[in-house]
Amino acid sequence: MKIYRVNLTKGEVKTEDVPEKYAALGGRGLTSQIIADEVNPTCNPIGPNNKLVVAPGLLSGTMAPSSGRLSVGTKSPLTGGIKESNSGGTVSQKLAKLGIKAIILEGQAPDDKFYFLKVTKDGVDLEPADDLVGKGNYDVMAELQDEYGDDSCVMSIGQAGEYRLQSASIAVTDPEGRPTRHCGRGGTGAVMGSKGVKAVVIDDTDAPGVTLADKDRFKTAARDFSKILLGHPVCGEGLPAYGTAVLVNILNEAGGLPTKNFSRGRFEGVEKISGETMAETIEARGGKTTHACHPGCVMRCSQIYHDKDGEYLTGGFEYETIWGFGANAEIDDLDAIATMDRLCDDIGIDTIEMCGTIGVAMEAGIIEFGDAEGAIGLLKEVKEGTPLGRIIGSGAGFTGKTFGVTRVPVVKNQTIPAYDPRAVKGVGVTYATSTMGADHTAGYAVTANILDVGGTVNPLGKEGQVDLSRDLQIATAAVDSTGLCLFVAFAVLDEEEALPKVVEMLNAQYGLELTVEDVPKLGMSILKAEREFNIKAGFSSADDRLPEFFETEECPPHNTKFDITPEELDEVYNFSMKSITSSR
Amino acid sequence: MRVELRLFATLRDSLPPENRGVERLELTEDSTVDDVINQLQLPRDQIAVIMINGKKVALDTVLKDNDRLGIFPPVGGG
Repeated sequence: MKIYRVNLTKGEVKTEDVPEKYAALGGRGLTSQIIADEVNPTCNPIGPNNKLVVAPGLLSGTMAPSSGRLSVGTKSPLTGGIKESNSGGTVSQKLAKLGIKAIILEGQAPDDKFYFLKVTKDGVDLEPADDLVGKGNYDVMAELQDEYGDDSCVMSIGQAGEYRLQSASIAVTDPEGRPTRHCGRGGTGAVMGSKGVKAVVIDDTDAPGVTLADKDRFKTAARDFSKILLGHPVCGEGLPAYGTAVLVNILNEAGGLPTKNFSRGRFEGVEKISGETMAETIEARGGKTTHACHPGCVMRCSQIYHDKDGEYLTGGFEYETIWGFGANAEIDDLDAIATMDRLCDDIGIDTIEMCGTIGVAMEAGIIEFGDAEGAIGLLKEVKEGTPLGRIIGSGAGFTGKTFGVTRVPVVKNQTIPAYDPRAVKGVGVTYATSTMGADHTAGYAVTANILDVGGTVNPLGKEGQVDLSRDLQIATAAVDSTGLCLFVAFAVLDEEEALPKVVEMLNAQYGLELTVEDVPKLGMSILKAEREFNIKAGFSSADDRLPEFFETEECPPHNTKFDITPEELDEVYNFSMKSITSSR
Repeated sequence: MRVELRLFATLRDSLPPENRGVERLELTEDSTVDDVINQLQLPRDQIAVIMINGKKVALDTVLKDNDRLGIFPPVGGG
C-alpha cells in the first residue's frame, strides 16, 4: 500500500511507502495519528500548516459487510481541536482497492486557485478546477462523473467549503453518484477549500484490489459476521425498514427529543416527522425506504426520498437532520425538512451544525420558530455567501455570539445533536468529554440509555453513565478505524461472538495475531493521541463541559437537569484495566 | 381506568392504520403492561422497549389512570 502526499503550495504529488508504525492503522486511527505526528496543534486550521488526511478503514474494499466507511482527519476550524469525520459512500472502497492507505493534502494553492485531484491506478494528478468553482456538490459530482465515467466516485466541497466556513462538509458520492453522504462534522470542507481543492475524483478501473493474507479464513469470518448482523433485530430488521428516522418517536416518547432550541424534550408535531410517516411517504411516492450507502452494506439504513411529484428530492435523510430542522425548529413539514437536507448536501454544510444554528437563529428572532420558508432562506444565504449567510455557515456557536443568545447548544463550539443530555445523560457525558466536540457517534450511550442494546442504564439517573460513555468512546475509536459502519455496534454490543469475527477478519487480511483485548487497547491509544493534540492546542478539562443552561434549566417532561459533576466527567479519561475488559 | 397506548414501527400493524399507533384503552384497576399485551394480542417476540410516561418499565408494571404507555420493537440508528 502507499500514501500519496499532495503539496498544494508546490503543486506536486509524492508517493510514499507506508511507514511500519502506520501499517496496522486505518480510518480514524490513521488520520488521528498522522495529524498528531505532522500538524502543529496551534496552527491556523485554514492556513497552509494544517493538513487534511483521507483514509479508508482497515477492512474497506474487502467483502467484509458494511465496511465502506471513510475517515477524514484534520485540525477542525470549528472546534480548534483534532477532528475525524466519518462518511459512508463509495470512496473508501475504491481507495482501498487502489492500494491507497491515505492521501495527505498539505500546503495551500497560491492565488486562491482551485484544483481537483484525479486518482487512478497510475497515481494522483492535480488538474485545474476553474470550471467547477462556484458550483454545488450535485453539479460538481455530475460533471466529474460525466467526464470520468459513472463508475468513478467523487469527494467534493460546495460553496461553503470554498468560503472556508466552519460548518463546511466534504460530500462523498453515494452509489447513484449523488452527494448524499458527508464527512459532515467539524468543518473539514473549509480545510479542503483552504487548500484550494474543490474535488477528488477516484477511478478504480483495473485497480489491484485488496490483498488478503489468508483468503479462505477471511471469507469464513466475513460470512459469519454478515450472519450475525442480519440476525440482529436492529441491524437486520429495524435499520433496513425505517432507517435512522425511526428514532424520532422513541426519543420523543423518552422526553429526549430536543425541541424549540433545546427548551423541552417532546414535540407536538412529532407524528408528521416520524420515521413511520417518512417510510409511508417514501413508499407512496415511489422512493426507496431501504438503500445501501455503499455496496456490500447489509444494514442499508439509507433511503431515497421523493417530492410530492414523485421526483427525486434527497437521500441519506437521517434522524439527526429530521430532529434538527424539525422538532428543534418546531417545523412539522417533512418535505420542507427534506428540502433543507438537499440544500445542505448541495452547498456542502453539516446538517447537524445547521440544525443547531437554525435553532439559535430562531431563538435570536432572525426568523420565527416554525418558519420553514425562513429556514430554507437562511440556508440559501449560506450558498450565496451573504454576510448573514456566512454567519449562519459559521455554526451555532458563532451565530449565538453574534446575536447575543445564551441558549447555545455546543460543546467545543460544535452543535449538540438530537438527544437532550438532560434526558439521555450517558450521551451527555459523551458530548462533554469527546475529543471531537459534541458528537453523538463518539460514544453512543443512547444504546443502553434508550434502546436497551448492550445493557440498560437509566437515562435520567447519574449511575453508570461515565463508565458507559467511556467504554463506548473507546470501542468507537476502534470501530472507526476498521471501516466498519458504527451501526455494527448494535450487534457487537449484544452478541458475544461478533467482535471475535471482526478480529478474525483483520488477522486474516493483514496476517496479524490480534486478540479481542487489542481492540480496546487500540481505541484507548487513539483517544490518548487525540486528547494530547487537543491539550497542546489549548484545551483543558474546562472544555469538557456542557453549556451552563443544561445545569440550570429543566427539560420537560421529566424536568431533569444535567447533574453529572465536573469531577465525574473528568473520570472519563481515567482509563484502566476495567475499561479493557468491559468495553467490547 | 383509562390508558393511552402508543405503538410504534412494526407494532402499529396491530391497530387499524387510521389510528397512527394510538389507542385509548379502558382497563380494569391493577391491570399490568402484560395484560395489555395479552388483550391486544401484540406479538411478544417483537417487543423490545416499554415506557410509561416516558420512563422504561418492565412487563409486570401496574398501570395507573391516565398513564401513557409506549411500546417499541427493536429500533436503532444514530
